Amino acid sequence: MKRLLWRVDEMAKMPNMEDMPIGFVISKAGSTCKIKTASWRTFKPIIDYNKCTDCSWCWVYCPEPAIEVRTDFKKGKYVINYDYCKGCGICAEECPIKAITMVKEEI
Amino acid sequence: MKVIQKNRLALSGNEAVAYAVKQAKVDVTAVYPITPSTAVSEKISEYVAKGELDGELLLVESEHSALSACIGAAAVGARVFTVTCSQGLLLMHEILYIASALRVPVVMAVANRSISAPLNIWCDHSDAMDQRDTNWIMIFVLSVQEVYDRMIQAFRIAEDFRVRLPIMVNYDGFTLSHTYSPVDVLSDEEVSPFLPRREPPFKLDPKNPITLGAVGNPDYYMEAKVQASKALTDSLLVIDEVDKEFEKKFGRSYGIYRKFMMEDAEIAIVGMGSAMGTAKEAVRRLRKEGKKVGALILNIYRPFAYEMLAKELKDLKALGVMERALSPGGVSSPLMSDLLSTLYLNSINIPTMNFIAGLGGRDITIDDFRKMFSELELLEKGKSKRPYLTYVGLRSEEREMVL
Repeated sequence: MKRLLWRVDEMAKMPNMEDMPIGFVISKAGSTCKIKTASWRTFKPIIDYNKCTDCSWCWVYCPEPAIEVRTDFKKGKYVINYDYCKGCGICAEECPIKAITMVKEEI
Repeated sequence: MKVIQKNRLALSGNEAVAYAVKQAKVDVTAVYPITPSTAVSEKISEYVAKGELDGELLLVESEHSALSACIGAAAVGARVFTVTCSQGLLLMHEILYIASALRVPVVMAVANRSISAPLNIWCDHSDAMDQRDTNWIMIFVLSVQEVYDRMIQAFRIAEDFRVRLPIMVNYDGFTLSHTYSPVDVLSDEEVSPFLPRREPPFKLDPKNPITLGAVGNPDYYMEAKVQASKALTDSLLVIDEVDKEFEKKFGRSYGIYRKFMMEDAEIAIVGMGSAMGTAKEAVRRLRKEGKKVGALILNIYRPFAYEMLAKELKDLKALGVMERALSPGGVSSPLMSDLLSTLYLNSINIPTMNFIAGLGGRDITIDDFRKMFSELELLEKGKSKRPYLTYVGLRSEEREMVL
């Protein structure tokens, strides 16, 4: 019941079809950035920065890509963006020195 | 009606379509040729090669890609055209929905042909009727002149900001596509101002990025679909408006439907396509015999002008619907279903009969229409022994029908 009420409230804020642009066009770019797409992750990759050599392989292999490059880094050059990481594990598999471990997600 | 001296050419239906495409200065034509519409792409290819049409002709690997290419080109603001029929139209099916939902003004000519199996290249309306819920404007024509005029009108209607929907111009395969008739064509100077170039309300442009074809989750999908469906219903007004302007400028118009000897008619047959030309002749002959019969030729099938049609049909004593398509396992053929709903909603209770004829190119003769009218006459008197759904020209039924 709580969930249903939530839906009604959210729907009330959304536009009627008359107020929507024709063809369901989204006229402002970048609307996808507002959507976080990592909710289905089961295993979370954790980089051990004591081992990491900044070789960039995780960044190369990430299919998302959810690995960001930092220029002003102290701890590590490559940082995982957990808003978009789906936990596929390719980075952990490809890391040449096994600095990335997959840890089960805590809810 | 103004009589204007016109340039008269002998054109087949296919050539008339290609000629209209050339005059409309279409930017992108994407085709995968299929009988009986092949000659359209051949002719356009010739125009492009000779430099008469300054446009791109894309030869793609399937009809599915042909329409997809058209959608892409239309989305960046180009004027687009494609042509197909039968199996090709069926392969396009899923893209038809996308074209209408994205609201891109694609113009497509369809040389109506039956659907396999058995393999058959001849005319019926099964291919078009399969697409009736795809949210496209569907025009059916009766003559080669009409297909030319409707093609010119189609670009104007589709690109109208109040419409922005794809249009399908249906002309009967072989009966119209390959038959040469005299066609009064417009001059390029007349067509250009009738089809002005306008900046589309939205277009794909790297400088001003937009998203076209985004995901519509349950919270948005319904609004998006109903919006497009409503636009189709409302487009009837624009179709009529463009037709009237066409008449004012060039002296020819067709309307949503055409009435033939319907003024005092008691029995009438409603139908679409070139076979209705035969119906007109049958009506003319029956009128000479003193029978009060008429014919109503429906030109615009989608949007369906149910309110206007109810007014036309309410005083009839018996109504027949001739259709060149089946709805297997259903109550009646597609057009009949629409008309029955119309009659019921307006509390019009008249005896009706559904005639299925001319499937897979079987001839529909004047005698066939005479049979239909005499069956309707019997039906009016309550004496008809035929089932509500009657197949005209089917051998087993043919042997039983009265003339």
